[in-house]
Amino acid sequence: MTELTSLTLAEARDGLRGRRFSALEITDAHIAAIEKARALNAFIAETPDVARQMAKASDERLAAGQGGPLEGVPLGIKDLFCTKGTQTTAGSRILKGFVPHYESTVTSQLWRDGAVMLGKLNLDEFAMGSSNETSAYGPVKSPWRRPGSNADLVPGGSSGGSAAAVAARLCLGATATDTGGSIRQPAAFTGTVGIKPTYGRCSRWGVVAFASSLDQAGPIARTVQDAAIMLRSMAGHDPKDTTSADIAVPDFEAAVSRGVKGLKIGIPKEYRVEGMPAEIERLWAEGAAWLRDAGAEIVEVSLPNTHYALPAYYIVAPAEASSNLARYDGVRYGLRVPGKDIVEMYEKTRAEGFGKEVKRRIMIGTYVLSAGYYDAYYVRAQKIRTLIRRDFEAVYAQGVDAILTPATPSAAFGLAEMATASPVEMYLNDVFTVTVNMAGLPGISVPAGTDASGLPLGLQLIGRPFDEETLFAAAGAIEKAAGRAELPAAWWA
Amino acid sequence: MSVDEKTVKRIAHLARIAVTDAEVPHLQSEINAILAFVETLEKVDVEGIEPMTSVVPMAMKKRQDGVTDGGIADAIVANAPLSEDHYFMVPKVVE
Repeated sequence: MTELTSLTLAEARDGLRGRRFSALEITDAHIAAIEKARALNAFIAETPDVARQMAKASDERLAAGQGGPLEGVPLGIKDLFCTKGTQTTAGSRILKGFVPHYESTVTSQLWRDGAVMLGKLNLDEFAMGSSNETSAYGPVKSPWRRPGSNADLVPGGSSGGSAAAVAARLCLGATATDTGGSIRQPAAFTGTVGIKPTYGRCSRWGVVAFASSLDQAGPIARTVQDAAIMLRSMAGHDPKDTTSADIAVPDFEAAVSRGVKGLKIGIPKEYRVEGMPAEIERLWAEGAAWLRDAGAEIVEVSLPNTHYALPAYYIVAPAEASSNLARYDGVRYGLRVPGKDIVEMYEKTRAEGFGKEVKRRIMIGTYVLSAGYYDAYYVRAQKIRTLIRRDFEAVYAQGVDAILTPATPSAAFGLAEMATASPVEMYLNDVFTVTVNMAGLPGISVPAGTDASGLPLGLQLIGRPFDEETLFAAAGAIEKAAGRAELPAAWWA
Repeated sequence: MSVDEKTVKRIAHLARIAVTDAEVPHLQSEINAILAFVETLEKVDVEGIEPMTSVVPMAMKKRQDGVTDGGIADAIVANAPLSEDHYFMVPKVVE
């Protein structure tokens, strides 16, 4: 039998239903894999006891012929989702030891459907980063290495632990979140599939907030089908989140093999950025050719305000973050550093509790929202956001069903390689993904090939609001043409 | 636009983050690098454009104004660094 950790989520689900192996067996196989993979630092907290307990309950349900759509499937949870009774840190020192007394809606739906929790996955602090190097719990190492090299690479971020754990076969799938590219960029860096659904598709309730108008949860998995299966359980209307959309959740899995015949796929000329590596350009053209061969029509489109998306994002996201993170004050939860009065207590607590990147973004956000600058920065950025959304609306009004772009400007870079770079250089990682958050649209990253050194590269598809099905169909076609990414051998075990 | 050292200290205070004098120059240069990066937005003509206030156009949902939760004071103070009798304890704020 194939190793249980090498199965896709769909294969595991079917095997569990067919009782070819038990939930406890597949859970134990993953717990053993996680123990051997501590060198990757993908998990902040392993929860083997919780996992075994949940697996046993799944086995009972399966034996009784019951069981939900994910019954007995072991998953990893990004440590940004509050989990009742299990520490939730957001990758920050300020939340060390925080044990929620409630469960996020997204994770509660996974458990409702029978999934098993293996542990909490590492991430950039408060999901702010593109390399998982801002985590207070240390960086995550990618399971990928350049052939013939043992230099450590980053898994991307902020969902770096999620992407690394899925690629390293430590879980069958993982929850992730995406504010500017935090699902799609790490998925591209690790040869995995990641989808950021339409804003409002998944409830944000119980997910530690970064930038509320941009944050959205989604899955990272090893195949398009697996991502579709997970998203169906994660999505759905939640009265506890007023921005959650009251729209029925379709059977995303059914859309994966639907094909792209008759679809119109747009290629936005503005994404051909200056200095784009030839191999990214080649990958992009290849992706378009695959879709054309599968029956889609390829058309050039224009999104004229693309260039302004990243700078506008670096006003909107820090502004919302500065407001959201005001709650970490040493009073209700988390770290507290005493001071001579309450203000000094706040200032010392936050100075010690937050890392460099988080402090920088809070300060930028505070500045752009401060008296005299609010209109010049924040309101202007929100107006530009309207322009960005209109760009997409105009393209979709021309009958375009989805837009194809590269997922990232390069393959994964080395750990600490960007240590001396300016923050803005790191931000450029999100240049292709951030427009999607600004416009609230769904976007999927699917492995499409490798760079010259053998590292995975991804393509991104951007869809109409609440039309994730077309993205699954088109990503399914790319996956079929490109072949599934060959995952790295377990050098860490 | 760029910020001077005094402004950096003022922002830090507004954000309730203690910064030492030694940290200020570095923070200043990083903040200025980001402000320089976003300067390009000044070129965009936004005349007559509405700022985006709702990501996905939807009507604000309303519910009945009733108590739906409560009686969980133990859970609410469970993670507090310092609490007493279901109160959060803070340094004296009123003289």
